[in-house]
Amino acid sequence: MSAVDAAVEVTVNRESCCGAGQCALAAPEVFTQSEEDGLVVLLDPNPPAELHDAVRRAESHCPTRSVTVR
Amino acid sequence: MPSEPVACPEPAGPSGLSEVPLRRTCPFDPPPGLAELRAAEPITRRVMPLDGTELWLVTSHDLVRRMLADPRWSSSLDGGLSPEQPLHVTQPEPGMFISMDAPEHGRYRRMLTAHFTVQRMNRLRPRIEQIVAERLDAMERLPRPVDLVAEFALPVPSLVICELLGMPYEDRAEFQAAARVIVDMTASPEQIDAAVAGLAAHLAKLIAAKREEPDDALIGELIREGALTDGELVQISMLLLVAGHETTANMLGLGTLLLLHHPDQLALVREGAPGAADELLRYLSIVDLVMFRGAKEDLTLGGQEIKAGEFGLASLAAANRDPALCEDPDRLDVTRPKTAHVALGFGPHQCLGQNLARLELEIALQALLRRFPGLRAAVPLEEVPVRENAAIHGVHSLPVIW
Repeated sequence: MSAVDAAVEVTVNRESCCGAGQCALAAPEVFTQSEEDGLVVLLDPNPPAELHDAVRRAESHCPTRSVTVR
Repeated sequence: MPSEPVACPEPAGPSGLSEVPLRRTCPFDPPPGLAELRAAEPITRRVMPLDGTELWLVTSHDLVRRMLADPRWSSSLDGGLSPEQPLHVTQPEPGMFISMDAPEHGRYRRMLTAHFTVQRMNRLRPRIEQIVAERLDAMERLPRPVDLVAEFALPVPSLVICELLGMPYEDRAEFQAAARVIVDMTASPEQIDAAVAGLAAHLAKLIAAKREEPDDALIGELIREGALTDGELVQISMLLLVAGHETTANMLGLGTLLLLHHPDQLALVREGAPGAADELLRYLSIVDLVMFRGAKEDLTLGGQEIKAGEFGLASLAAANRDPALCEDPDRLDVTRPKTAHVALGFGPHQCLGQNLARLELEIALQALLRRFPGLRAAVPLEEVPVRENAAIHGVHSLPVIW
């Protein structure tokens, strides 16, 4: 990722998610937790450039590696 | 409080292997010796001083995360914390999901995740603020010095977890006493069994009463959802109660003591530094050398060949002071951006109540420091009684004046 404003694509895996909430803490604009089951809900698969650091932090802090940023 | 470097070699166990360094010389820092191991041999054979079990001690941030996220390492282990009870593979009671692997662990965990989301915990904020304010009012009325542990650090999380679960707070003395025995590494298996049995019997009575008349708190909701037996509900309640009492209470006690020795950081916490809770969790790593795992199959970690049936132990404190994790890891800096610390564990077992813990720590520490701007310890650091041989680090008491 050289260009700061290169588009990113975020994906989540609800099968492996354990509902820790690390992603919702790191980037609440992009991730939340379902009121039904507490697992990840992706709000924005293509977040704007100013949120790229936050989504990468969500990826690195996720305990079950259920967040992928490409 | 940097620890003194140790010159003497680590003591060797009967097998000739060096022992896992368990004892902290400074209450704020990992046991001496772990930093050197992390740099030289981040995964290495060691022997537990308490029970003599040989295991793989893992100390680097990268390898600790790999181990805890790898489903080939089982959590179905017991023992290792007392001289009479060697580490062994166990068949956990139904509901005791902390000691289970996939898929059983996930089944229970998923029944609880909705109850502990970031949003749901944030809705508890006003109630936690009220509980904290009431404890501070009570402290103000007491003759000084006041024991911060007995009057604040323990009651705040006790009140919060009892209310969240729907347990009568009048029963707290019994819950607290049982929780203390369960995490005491010097307690005999008989003492631990007795504490667990007493707590289980008490919870079984409460759950039977709630079956008749389920309330809106967590246990009542789980009863209404209808998927759990009474036995499972007892084990889950016990797990949440013990976890809710012992962890946050010790973070509040030891965290306050740490801040009193770092006045600049204390001032930042009082002003509301948003990352303070995570930095205190990282720095103190109060749950450390109790993360045991067992290899379910042959595997490789950090270049070492692990055989099926061998045990592993993650040092969360060593991982949290790894220079690969953050700059200047031995410096307390509450303004640091949130790190990928492992104080709350890693992998599918990472602390279920972590967002409750963050909220309690943030609210309680800030309110305490605002209410008593002149807060200070009434005794020197060396005289503060540190919890030795506890699975969760902390202080027994902390006399304070203001």
